[in-house]
Amino acid sequence: MHEKSVAALAAGLASGEFSSVELTRHYLDRIERFDGDLNAFITVTAEQALDQAAVADRDRADGKAGPLTGIPIAHKDILCTEGVRTSCGSRMLDNFVSPFDAAVVARLREAGAVSLGKTNMDEFAMGSSNETSYYGLVRNPWDHSRVPGGSSGGSAAAVAARLAPAATGTDTGGSIRQPAALAGITGIKPTYGRVSRYGMIAFASSLDQAGVLAQSAEDAALLLAAMSGFDERDSTSVDRAVPDYAGGLAEDQREKLRGLRFGLPKEFLDDGLEPGVRVALEEAIKVYESLGVEIVPVTLPNLPLSVPTYYVVAPAECSSNLSRYDGVRFGYRCEDPSDLEDLYKRSRSEGFGDEVKRRIMTGTYVLSAGYYDAYYLKAQKVRQLISADFKNAFSEVDMIIGPTTPGPAFEIGAKTDDPITMYLNDIYTIGANLAGLPAMSVPAGFVDGLPAGIQLVGNYFDEQRLLGVAHGYQQVTHWHTQAPAAYGSE
Amino acid sequence: MSWEVVIGLEVHAQLRTRSKIFSGASTAFGSSPNTQACAVDLGYPGVLPVLNGEAVRMAAMFGLATGCSIARRSVFARKNYFYPDLPKGYQISQYELPIVHGGEVSIRLEDGTEKTIGITRAHLEEDAGKSLHEDFHGLSGIDLNRAGVPLLEIVSEPDMRSAREAVAYLKKIHTLVRYLEICDGNMQEGSFRCDANVSVRPQGQTELGTRAELKNLNSFRFIEKAINLEVERQIDVIEGGGKVVQETRLYDSDKNLTRSMRSKEEANDYRYFPDPDLLPVVLDEDWIEARRAELPELPGAKRERFVKDFGLSDYDADVLTSARETADYFEQVVAGLDDAKLAANWIMGELSGALNRDALDIERSKVDAAAMIGLLARIKDDTISGKIAKEVFEAMWEGEGSADEVIEKRGLRQITDTAAIEAIVDEVIAANPTQLEQYRAGKDKLLGFFVGQVMQRTAGKANPGQVNKLLREKLKG
Repeated sequence: MHEKSVAALAAGLASGEFSSVELTRHYLDRIERFDGDLNAFITVTAEQALDQAAVADRDRADGKAGPLTGIPIAHKDILCTEGVRTSCGSRMLDNFVSPFDAAVVARLREAGAVSLGKTNMDEFAMGSSNETSYYGLVRNPWDHSRVPGGSSGGSAAAVAARLAPAATGTDTGGSIRQPAALAGITGIKPTYGRVSRYGMIAFASSLDQAGVLAQSAEDAALLLAAMSGFDERDSTSVDRAVPDYAGGLAEDQREKLRGLRFGLPKEFLDDGLEPGVRVALEEAIKVYESLGVEIVPVTLPNLPLSVPTYYVVAPAECSSNLSRYDGVRFGYRCEDPSDLEDLYKRSRSEGFGDEVKRRIMTGTYVLSAGYYDAYYLKAQKVRQLISADFKNAFSEVDMIIGPTTPGPAFEIGAKTDDPITMYLNDIYTIGANLAGLPAMSVPAGFVDGLPAGIQLVGNYFDEQRLLGVAHGYQQVTHWHTQAPAAYGSE
Repeated sequence: MSWEVVIGLEVHAQLRTRSKIFSGASTAFGSSPNTQACAVDLGYPGVLPVLNGEAVRMAAMFGLATGCSIARRSVFARKNYFYPDLPKGYQISQYELPIVHGGEVSIRLEDGTEKTIGITRAHLEEDAGKSLHEDFHGLSGIDLNRAGVPLLEIVSEPDMRSAREAVAYLKKIHTLVRYLEICDGNMQEGSFRCDANVSVRPQGQTELGTRAELKNLNSFRFIEKAINLEVERQIDVIEGGGKVVQETRLYDSDKNLTRSMRSKEEANDYRYFPDPDLLPVVLDEDWIEARRAELPELPGAKRERFVKDFGLSDYDADVLTSARETADYFEQVVAGLDDAKLAANWIMGELSGALNRDALDIERSKVDAAAMIGLLARIKDDTISGKIAKEVFEAMWEGEGSADEVIEKRGLRQITDTAAIEAIVDEVIAANPTQLEQYRAGKDKLLGFFVGQVMQRTAGKANPGQVNKLLREKLKG
């Protein structure tokens, strides 16, 4: 069953080929069997999953089934789940059980999806390798000596190893797309404001956006449609109708692709791009050209500034967002604090890991009196310039194409001592976050047996076309159907 | 050397919204600790703020009432600092772009002249919770019921030159926010709070002296005392050869002194930046004009009308318009009585005294406007004298019934029968031959003695006018 897509599983449930309880048990068995090595899950909610599956089966019997009814999924542990530990990959929240469900969790639950558990992640989503988690690193299913990417590394590994047909993720600087690329799966980060951030633990509020990691664009469309839409509890969510993304894909994508113009920014083809990924991108471009797409060179002149800009804005917001973890009301509290200052200092020193502390300190610094103008304000100005670059590009083209990452999955430990090198892994993905644009990563080949992804960036709220463009590619290629040998068909 | 005092005030007015500024939790005062704090107020992981439109409306009303500009676009910012009663580790406030800026109010000085005090800005922010240091041995308790209650912080220009002026300004703001029904003005419960920035400089110097910020000023009386103490302290420091340091000082009303809380060097770097969870507040012209149309009659206009329409003195009009409820009471009484002066005297005299004695607001007066009309009408038709009326009022206050009921029950109807009064006058004159002789020898003041004697014998019920008239005639002989 696990080799099937969400769409195929839904068909199997609909035809009665298997029940949701059977399907859920199958995935729980696979988690039991494989996750000891992979460590993709922080918490597996087996009992709750089977209960939800039973409810889904009853709903189906009552004729109340939608496309996601009874489909098992996994949630990144950054999303609050009522009654279930929500750790955000941190010791700080190891004891935290949320009193409510995140909007994303509630909407998928209402759509009938079954939650298998909570996936591993870089601590507070700060990392690109899933090595900063309090719960240990996650291994890439394609090569256990390599990272799965991050911060949604657990979700990516779970989907790649077919421990879940699809999973939620969040993307602040590439945290869905980069692990999707490194794990050989499809990931979408929608337009900022498309999905409610309510109940999604904040890292950098102006950049955070939830999305999907799945086997295909079609599966991503099914989940994204259920997750999206206005939420009055999130002032930055946008009140705009949600198209039937999956339904939209039923139309002939080849017809829709013909005549589209894709921009290829020259800034994406810099020296940092490894040859293998460049070859995969060139091959993907050929496929699109064969489908009638015109590839146009474009320029995003300020894009090279995106990494430094991001590493001012994101830490600034994180330094403030993470101030609530003070040991007073919830989360980790140090033993026997001698006074208030001791409580703060030790709770935060012991509760947070090194990367989180590094970013809190960076963010505190850039917001400090005397440095605010030089760093934070300047970064905001550059952010406007980067947005303007994209806007200019979209006045000429329908879509932007490029690599998702400079190279394939790297060795565990290879970049942990060098934060700058680690940060540069997000060089191609950060721009879409700074501009708030929707973007996807789609599997596009292999480099020495490791998956490579291409990135597609769409205009604001153009998720339907973005998914269509990815789906059109997946209709004529087979990269997205590849699973790591150890986790494929039995 | 003679010194000039410079004072600027920051008022924190809790807005009377039903729910908090960024959450749906209730703002009611006095509930059990932490029963009115939801996940948003507690700063739980994953929660987000949503702005309460009513708080925006109230801030705009204040701005319009003080001639301020209403920002077409204002921005919420985060003020970052750690404190246990600040759940998120930051306070959502407004910093560079407040909703209201640049207006003024006028205050009346002791010499009767008016003075204009500038309002620099007024911005919206959330209140913090409370730390409770008593009842927890060696520990502190945190009550977050107040966390997230909307505040309007009103910042004045440093335009005040004495503690008296500061109090006059503060009372003006206090009156205004209550007229606008945007704040209940309760200083004991902390819904109207004030910090004062105080400095001194030699007369004639244009440059401002170094200021100290006084906190914990929770009554008009304390504010005046604290400012005067601080002024004396600063002058002593400078005249003693020292320098005033910029610092925050706390007023201790028990010991009647101010003490240093933290110096400028110890001050927090609040690292303000725009709150990415909230969109800018954008207000258009139509909306602002609609709010302007909702403004009630403001104290200044009401005062002028009272002087013009009712012939009241400036002083009476000031007192009667100092609270909207008092003015309403007055207008109700005048509507039923048609004697503004009598109504004013009684409201400012007996009624105000009784309310103070029982610590009641006029809305909860034990003698309402209708009952007051009933009482004053009996003075006007000579059923009772003004003096007896005070007794009737006290009885009404104690719940003995309406004016007519009390007069009837206690037999207080005035004696107006001339023959009856004449008989008593004759008795009194006959009983006091010595005083009669002295009076006739030119000691006019003894008239009061005779009036008193007559009143005593009639238990105060004789019509004082008639008594006077008869006595004058008969004492002449």
